[in-house]
Amino acid sequence: MRFELNGQEVEVDAHPMRRLLDVLRVECGLTGTKEGCGEGECGACTVLVDGEPVCSCLVPFAQAGGTSVVTIEGLGGKHPLQRAFGDHGGAQCGICTPGMILAAVALGPNPTLEQVRVGLAGNLCRCTGYEAIYRSVLGAYEAVDDRRPAAEAPAVGGGSKADGGAAFGTGADGGRSDVAGAGRSRSNGSGADAGAGSAGKAGL
Amino acid sequence: MKTALGDLELRQPRTLDEALAMLRDDGPLLPLAGCTDVYVQLEFGVMPARRFMDVSRLRELRGIERMDGGGLRIGAGATYTEIVRAPLVAQRLPMLVAASREVGGVQIQNRGTLGGNVANASPAGDSLPVLAAADAVVVLRSAADGERRVPFTAFHTGYRASVLRPDELIVAFEIPPVEGEQWFRKVGTRAAQAISKVVFAGVKGGPRPRIAIGSVAPTVVRAFRTEEALASGASIEEAQQVFGEEIRPIDDIRSTAEYRRRVAANLLRRWWVGQ
Repeated sequence: MRFELNGQEVEVDAHPMRRLLDVLRVECGLTGTKEGCGEGECGACTVLVDGEPVCSCLVPFAQAGGTSVVTIEGLGGKHPLQRAFGDHGGAQCGICTPGMILAAVALGPNPTLEQVRVGLAGNLCRCTGYEAIYRSVLGAYEAVDDRRPAAEAPAVGGGSKADGGAAFGTGADGGRSDVAGAGRSRSNGSGADAGAGSAGKAGL
Repeated sequence: MKTALGDLELRQPRTLDEALAMLRDDGPLLPLAGCTDVYVQLEFGVMPARRFMDVSRLRELRGIERMDGGGLRIGAGATYTEIVRAPLVAQRLPMLVAASREVGGVQIQNRGTLGGNVANASPAGDSLPVLAAADAVVVLRSAADGERRVPFTAFHTGYRASVLRPDELIVAFEIPPVEGEQWFRKVGTRAAQAISKVVFAGVKGGPRPRIAIGSVAPTVVRAFRTEEALASGASIEEAQQVFGEEIRPIDDIRSTAEYRRRVAANLLRRWWVGQ
């Protein structure tokens, strides 16, 4: 069956009732998508199907035919959210992180805190208590565009530390945790804009 | 997943007519769409069905439209997300938007369908009290008999049982105009991703009050006697008494009968007197 996987047309042969989760992890070898509960409760297996977050443990492979599927691998490790989860300690054990990030991607740039709470309500985390995750999502689009430390400090309530990125980055991007400064300069021009970013700060 | 895939079969009709013919000629087939219930049962190895039919791509089941006379027609395949985003539903049936927002997280809302919630026939279905209180009509279709319409309050006949025949599909829900102020409350362990302990929909300020409540009996309960009591000027305490007689809550894994009775009475008061 044909579908688009992370921007590339692919053809995969699997049982039509096989879970999309298993097809991605086994047939496609993309193990960034995690299995948590297997019953649509925890959101760890979240992927985007035609841009919308879904639990891949509840999707029969047949329903993926002709769609566009994006997994954490499709973000390439350089997405502002991936970097932000490292910078702000949004990832600890890392199991929920790919799903959290994809659910956050679906919110688009500069969501409000309320939008983040609602958008991530279907993603459970046993480690962080969620505050660091909210900080990561809210901070993701602010940090990329502006390296002035003064601009960053009030945005994240003091929760952003450059060494946090090194410590916590592995869950989000498979080990490529750029330390904050270098990473940010490289993602300049990725589309987030500073003006809208400050609206997100007000939401904190 | 505890269910062996080799035993499972999935049919994929392209049109409604093709789907109905499959049900007639090649059943039994369990229709599936968002799979948010089906795959939970497959995961735990407790799904009795082995043969399925994917109705998620049938255009005939999609869409949310206005009807002549101010009513609303919602396709059985409409997802909760589509309902939440539809200005028409927000305008005419805001309590369904409220209910849809509380069905699981966004991932579940993106897949789960109104038709699936009704067909699944769990008494805890979040949309069911809304459809009961709104006097919705269920539109069913089969190859043999064409379309038939069943009042929503007559659709469910018992715990996980309904009048839906194996050769029929739920096609749509027709909701006549609802006069009055709509109100919805779900009480669960937490706001998101929790199955209801008690779920309540009410309409007041119209020609007569309407009340429906879920998770307190084998099917959703339309509390006609309580409505009658309130319409004829009973006190809230008297109405709570009648309400208590209309529900049959049980102890189960999610809550106790005692707790549900209390919450049901409290919800009735909060809805009716605002406190």
